[in-house]
Amino acid sequence: MQFQLYQAGWSLLGGAIVGAASVLYLATHGRVAGISGIVSGVLERTPDWRPRLAFVGGLVAAGLLLARAVPSFFGASPVSLGLIVAAGLLVGFGTKLGNGCTSGHGVCGMSRRSPRSFAATLTFIATGAVTVAAMRYLGGS
Amino acid sequence: MKSFKSELGAAAAGALFAVGLALGGMTQPTKVKGFLDFAGGWDPSLMFVMGGAVMVYFIAHRFVLKRKAPLFDVKFHLPTRRDLDVRLLLGAAIFGVGWGLAGYCPGPGLASLGSGGVGALAFVAAMMVGMVGQRKLDALLAKQKPAAEAPPIAPMTEATRQS
Repeated sequence: MQFQLYQAGWSLLGGAIVGAASVLYLATHGRVAGISGIVSGVLERTPDWRPRLAFVGGLVAAGLLLARAVPSFFGASPVSLGLIVAAGLLVGFGTKLGNGCTSGHGVCGMSRRSPRSFAATLTFIATGAVTVAAMRYLGGS
Repeated sequence: MKSFKSELGAAAAGALFAVGLALGGMTQPTKVKGFLDFAGGWDPSLMFVMGGAVMVYFIAHRFVLKRKAPLFDVKFHLPTRRDLDVRLLLGAAIFGVGWGLAGYCPGPGLASLGSGGVGALAFVAAMMVGMVGQRKLDALLAKQKPAAEAPPIAPMTEATRQS
């Protein structure tokens, strides 16, 4: 895949908007905008499960509208449904055990200079890269 | 009657989050896998997504934290732990394997729910099962351990909840 400068520009802009959304959530609700934590909070019915559910609702609804407006923003996963289910189980289990995902550790935690989040982010990028390399080696996609 | 301002604020943040993910290319799993493919044709663009997000959050969160409290709560609830433990690293490692497998992490999975494919739906459903499963396993392990012996893995507290 060719890397192009305009791609980097879009990525930077998208990232900046993700950062702004996370700051907005901090300003309104005083919490780290980590998607895995927000979802598991809804599942556990934490005292603030309602705004958490509203956050998820906004995320899903905006995704739906965007998919109608600009379908090319969304792609399907290149792997089989069985692998997608396995991936989902691992992502759910792992983020719950490690208290965070790309947003909670990668964005909010690293910005807050949390050593735990730096370690977690390096770890999940490393195991993600090993997984992709292993799939390439084994002839998957 | 209860005000829905808190829910509206959260929904707005969630919607904005989805816009950023989509613009940044995070809702294209092949692109995400391309970022993790250091041995193949590495696609560095997702590094810019994380870079942009960290830049904005790093600068802006300081101003927010100068306030006494968030708009819809009496205080801030931010993680305070700084120590590393097996639980954190093992969890992150397992999450990374799942991320690399399908190219979805939690946010983009949810944002892709409305895009029509069955893949995102299956991913999100399985992710929730995984979360509940982890909690059940914790409860099971806690029950089996005698109270005298300290559990090898501490349960999640407000202080450790990173996201």
